[in-house]
Amino acid sequence: MIGIIDYRAGNLKSVERALNKLAVPCRITADREVLLEAERIIFPGVGAAGKALEDLRHLGLDRVLIQAYEQGKPILGICLGAQIVLEKSQENNTRCLGLVPGEVKRFPTPLLSRDHDPLKIPHMGWNNVRILKPHPVLAGIREEDEFYFVHSYYTEPASETWGIGQTEHGIEFTSILGSKNLIATQFHPEKSGVPGLRILKNFSTWKGTHAQ
Amino acid sequence: MLSKRIIPCLDVRAGKTTKGIRFKENVDIGDPVEMGRFYYEQGADEIVFYDITASSDRRDIVIDVVNRVAEEIFIPFSVGGGIRSVQDMRDVLLAGAEKVSINTEAIMNPRLIPEGAQAFGSQCIVLGMDVKRVQPSPKIPSGYEMVTHGGRSDTGIDALWWAKEGERLGAGEICLNSIDADGTQQGYELTLTALISQNVGIPVIASGGAGSIDHVYDALTKGKADAALVASIVHYGTYTIREIKEALLAKGVKARKTWR
Repeated sequence: MIGIIDYRAGNLKSVERALNKLAVPCRITADREVLLEAERIIFPGVGAAGKALEDLRHLGLDRVLIQAYEQGKPILGICLGAQIVLEKSQENNTRCLGLVPGEVKRFPTPLLSRDHDPLKIPHMGWNNVRILKPHPVLAGIREEDEFYFVHSYYTEPASETWGIGQTEHGIEFTSILGSKNLIATQFHPEKSGVPGLRILKNFSTWKGTHAQ
Repeated sequence: MLSKRIIPCLDVRAGKTTKGIRFKENVDIGDPVEMGRFYYEQGADEIVFYDITASSDRRDIVIDVVNRVAEEIFIPFSVGGGIRSVQDMRDVLLAGAEKVSINTEAIMNPRLIPEGAQAFGSQCIVLGMDVKRVQPSPKIPSGYEMVTHGGRSDTGIDALWWAKEGERLGAGEICLNSIDADGTQQGYELTLTALISQNVGIPVIASGGAGSIDHVYDALTKGKADAALVASIVHYGTYTIREIKEALLAKGVKARKTWR
């Protein structure tokens, strides 16, 4: 069973529905015991970092995530869930979970394309991901596959070892990061059509290990 | 680099689409859930459901449709029409829509924009704009005026001012519909589209007037739009979403390939 962490952050139902479609058992819950017993954890999130951390801490779920990570349980962070695994975020100047060294920054302005056209923030819509290293959760994903993004802040892990995928929007930023039993995507796999569902399906059988 | 989005728009009344899509086999399908799935599988980047029902028990019907759509399609979709309060927004978003679109409602009550953005984030709030070309005047310096109620009522509000004001209030995107071009199939209103797109920092969806693939191409290039709304040209089987995207790709516009 996959535990979907419920901290009142955004639309958790869309992750649940995608897993239902894939016939993967899951449960939306804020119950610490249930989460620690789940085989895997999905950590979604839409909204602002400050409020999310406050809610997580209030529910004691920050410690659950850290504990689950240390236990080696496979964890998938999505969007804001991918950002708050880092140490800190410029959004609301927030201290985050610190599972991954590095920080979350706002897209610089003005942001320009390669052709010097002004780019819009938030980075919203479909974009490619250049996969930097193979990963079991990304099995079957191709260069031309695109994923749905909505965000104004991006992750900047302290070292390249944490970067798994990269995306361009005025700058190159890390759009998939992780290490050991953690993988996190800045985009929304549950809203990214067939390749997104493939990532969720792969995650549902991932053991939390991969060749570095 | 972001792809330009192609977004089919479905008008829904009392839980049924008002214009069924005619498949190649000439079968009309009027169920919005079926149509949504059809476009999802064809490679639509997003889908807009526009509810034009006017009855009082409509909310339940709409929420039911949104729930069923969300079980079937795994791309973003938005719902517009009759969203008058933060509670209406909450109902639609919790049922599974990614975004809500507010149009006449935002002009009647501009506070809806910041209240919605505060509660759910700017990315959820699409400002729908119905715009009519007029003689430039001190009151309407851009020569484009906001109209409401599907074009029946003038407002005296300048469209360029309202687009910037909408962005300032917290809208995350603009869906820009030209009343003059709408239904003509003679092409999008490119001057208006470029004017708005170049003066706001949020994405703009061009709407109204698509009759050919060249029109879509023009809206995304000359019109500087981030996305194009399509209705009749896909509903009646003139083109498939894939044909539109293949043509755009051939002309050097980045579009999302969903076929293998």
